[in-house]
Amino acid sequence: MIIDCPCCGRRPVSEFSYIGDAEAAKPDMHAPAAEWVKAVYTRTNPRGMHLEHWQHLHGCRQFLKIQRDTLTHEIFSVELVGVYASGEGE
Amino acid sequence: MTSFRIDKPSGVDFEKPVNFTFDGRTYRGFAGDTVASALLANGVHLFGRSFKYHQPRGVMGAHVEEANALITIGRGAHAEPNLQATTIPVTEGMEVYSQNRWPSLKLDLLSINQLAAPLLSAGFYYKTFMGPTKRSWMLYEPFIRRAAGLGAVSTSPDDQAYEKDHRFCDVLIIGGGVTGIAAGLAAARSGLRVILVDDRNVWGGQMAGVDDDLSGQPLDQWISHSIRELRELGAELLSRTTAFGVYDGHVHGAVQRLADVSSHDGVRRPLQRFLKIVAKHSILATGAFENPMLFRNNSLPGVMLADTARHFMDRFSVACGKQIVIYTNNDSAYGAARRLAEAGLNVAALIDTRPSVSAACQSLATHIGASHLVGWQVEKAHGRHRVKAVSVCKIDDQRQKQRISSDCLAMSGGWNPVVHLASHMGMAPVYSEPMGAFIVDPDNLPSHCHVAGPVAGTLDLPSCVNGGFAAGMEVARQLGSTPPDPIEATAMHGFIGDWPMKADVETLSEKAMLDFQNDVTLGDIKLAVVEGYSATEHLKRYTTLGMGTDQGRTSNINAISLLTQLTGQQIENIRPTRFRPPFTPITLGALVGHHVGDHAQPTRLTPMHDWHAAQGAMMVPVGLWWRPRAYLKPGETLREAYIREAGNVRENVGICDVSTLGKIAVQGPDAGVFLDRVYTNNFATLPVGKARYGLMLRDDGMVLDDGTSWRLGENDYLMTTTTGGAGAVMQHLERLHNLYWPDLRVSFVSVTGQWAGMSVAGPKSRQVLGKAFSGTDFSDAALPIMGVMSIKTASGTILVARLSFSGELAYEVFCPACMGTEIWCDLLSHGADFGIQPYGTEALGALRIEKGHVAGGELDGRVSPYNLRLDGMLSKKKWFFGKPLLERDGLYDDDQYRLVGLISEDRQPLQAGAHVVFGDKASPGPSQGWVSSVTYSPSLDEEIGLALVKKRALEKDTGMYAANPVAGIHRKVRIVSHHFLDPEGHRMRL
Repeated sequence: MIIDCPCCGRRPVSEFSYIGDAEAAKPDMHAPAAEWVKAVYTRTNPRGMHLEHWQHLHGCRQFLKIQRDTLTHEIFSVELVGVYASGEGE
Repeated sequence: MTSFRIDKPSGVDFEKPVNFTFDGRTYRGFAGDTVASALLANGVHLFGRSFKYHQPRGVMGAHVEEANALITIGRGAHAEPNLQATTIPVTEGMEVYSQNRWPSLKLDLLSINQLAAPLLSAGFYYKTFMGPTKRSWMLYEPFIRRAAGLGAVSTSPDDQAYEKDHRFCDVLIIGGGVTGIAAGLAAARSGLRVILVDDRNVWGGQMAGVDDDLSGQPLDQWISHSIRELRELGAELLSRTTAFGVYDGHVHGAVQRLADVSSHDGVRRPLQRFLKIVAKHSILATGAFENPMLFRNNSLPGVMLADTARHFMDRFSVACGKQIVIYTNNDSAYGAARRLAEAGLNVAALIDTRPSVSAACQSLATHIGASHLVGWQVEKAHGRHRVKAVSVCKIDDQRQKQRISSDCLAMSGGWNPVVHLASHMGMAPVYSEPMGAFIVDPDNLPSHCHVAGPVAGTLDLPSCVNGGFAAGMEVARQLGSTPPDPIEATAMHGFIGDWPMKADVETLSEKAMLDFQNDVTLGDIKLAVVEGYSATEHLKRYTTLGMGTDQGRTSNINAISLLTQLTGQQIENIRPTRFRPPFTPITLGALVGHHVGDHAQPTRLTPMHDWHAAQGAMMVPVGLWWRPRAYLKPGETLREAYIREAGNVRENVGICDVSTLGKIAVQGPDAGVFLDRVYTNNFATLPVGKARYGLMLRDDGMVLDDGTSWRLGENDYLMTTTTGGAGAVMQHLERLHNLYWPDLRVSFVSVTGQWAGMSVAGPKSRQVLGKAFSGTDFSDAALPIMGVMSIKTASGTILVARLSFSGELAYEVFCPACMGTEIWCDLLSHGADFGIQPYGTEALGALRIEKGHVAGGELDGRVSPYNLRLDGMLSKKKWFFGKPLLERDGLYDDDQYRLVGLISEDRQPLQAGAHVVFGDKASPGPSQGWVSSVTYSPSLDEEIGLALVKKRALEKDTGMYAANPVAGIHRKVRIVSHHFLDPEGHRMRL
């Protein structure tokens, strides 16, 4: 698998670290435990299109939201998320 | 020249003899020979014994389709097993061994298995060896494992050199036959970056050495001119390179064989190179394998594929027999027959299963003077170690029989395109009625992948060349280059039409071998179908057909054809079994490359490493780091050394290299807010110049790591982590910041390598620091417990924090890495008067276990703060990461583990990993927990340990044992508080 990092360009998957399901709800800090259980443990594990978070661990260390087909491993989109998502940041 | 060479020019150089050994006997071949051609030229047809029945086997195929002539090259650690004799060039002094025979190839005692054949039928390991008791299999298994198999793998480390490399290109063409060469020409002429790979050591594939013309030019000349043009156009041509697998992202795995045996000149050259080839487009021009015919004893040495007999003659001037019989169901074998006869070999008979053949075939048979039996089939090959004669009969009147003397039966059951690589990509091949085989449907392929030649359904020479060229042009168009003008190649002989006829399963011998490598017969297929295993994937697993290194290269299509007849299915509806990478066996050495031994992973050394090494410290790997384990004095054991070092810390003062601790600079206006969220305890109130111990949890509430964070300035914190946890903690912080709280103004930088760290611990540590940094006040008032101060020196700022892991009065001294050894030596020399001694990780462990501090053994990712009795560190006033899921009731029930101390009752050492049980050795009962860390305690003079034991078990503690059944050790233990020493912490408050 090759991921086209918005900062670094096309790099082999071995440089990246899978972080988790980007479709899972991200509970508010003070959300009840039930919501956190859902966020941490409940996964759809789809066969096909999936939104995922990855980190370019051995590169720019940025967090990416990747749309990927879990069956073919084809990647449809890669976007920067987090602190530098807007292109601003510090 | 030996008697099996014929006098004609070929790819071997008779001026350059090469001597090699086969099973210890010396043979002579020539430069250009393969092991197979050199042995055949010496009249050797017996190459090995078959997998299951130990039948004698010889050469069947011309190259990589060979299923039987498997050999081992080299001895001991250098032995490489399961190589195909047909693909390995002979070199001077090469040692070649046959496989799967005992005690010798000619007299193989295990060929008794042939008599036991009824016991070894399809699925035998599920049936025959299953009774009478459950343990029976264990009884039979060693025998079966010894009797069935391929070459043996050496258990010694392989010290030969291997390489890894990457390649990038516009188009990767797999297959250097005429199709691939034509594709390469079109792509290279368009200016594309081309890589052409082929597993042979000559270009032209199956057509190398074939006497034909291409558009009026001799074929061999066209091949050599095209290869020269490709080189001139900058294409990379990789011969003896097997593209063994296709993976995601257009990544192809390939292994290039640079040599087959190590050089003898002492220079270490790589044997093989593993290439990861990333291609924008790929063209599969992988050609086709000839199928065998099915009859009794079709696996006997001397029975081979028709084009293989032609190939050995054209490429190596080797006559595979003196009286050749051709057996075919299609036209292609007539070309081979013509060529063999024209070279002066005696083609005695042409047996064709078809009821009638074309006039062209008839006149060809007349031309070469062979007896032409149309509508006949071979019943059986006769002979013990080599075919001597064949029995043939008329298909529609089986009373008409003949026996023909022959020492070489050359068979052709049609051609089977090599669709393996497309199968790796998940493409199901489709059945081509005219070819009688499965091909790749180009419409099924992703846009970056193309096929040409037999894989695309064309077999004749001009179509392959034109199709290959067109594929190269298509890639050029898709990549926006201008393709060259198309070519319209024509051939002189080309391919005579008419496709193979399927054999009628009713007329075939049940003993006909289908899968030559796995010894699967037609009878096995019939039995599997009767027993209900008639789906292709079931059939494969039940009979082993299509498994092994061969992956059904020559058996697949025959098996599917018969399966359809046995089950009444339409062949179009059958999905062949999925081919798995690698296409041919790949050595682990090639995949690992140079990443072995010290190069297996990076090595991290602390700034004081050279000093430790100079002291002769015993070192220990901790993650990627190397740390001093203990500083052994002459004659001292490790145990004696760490007891001395730990005792000296309690008595005087010790110094320990803690540079490996993870260090993260956490900075920014919101750094305090951030730390307050990631640590379970309160950080918002931490004043500048103070450090605090903190606990960090994962999303699920389990402990991620612990460590101290030092507030160096208003917006400036230095976080320390455990040595092993540094990477995970950094990633955790980055994840929470980016995915949860991107609005917080905070940043993280790993500064682990920037700071050298040393712990100065012991009742006399204050005096040592006072002397080393004269003028600095280290009194309790100036630097209280958890206080942090900085000392400015000419070379840089030194941080001193009063932190204790050992439980003693202790300081952590951090200085810039470049000053590490200087400060370390300074502290040692100033500490000499106070009895300072360096101590290693073993003493460090003993000291912290005595104090009941948790570390790697306890923080295994499965424990909650409650398990570690650290629930007092969970703030009730604030939210922290991981808190919501700590609210789950189950995390506090009676089955939860609690940290305890253990003392060995019989004063014998405990073992980490042992289970805590109630019962004695005879009846230990269920596990109640596990021992996480152990040491000898110099302070208590006891063998102690930390353990996590179920709360329920602790409540009815009636005496427990630490059980290690693997080592046969069962020790009575006493459960105590994990704070073995000074629970009130008086010692650090000096």
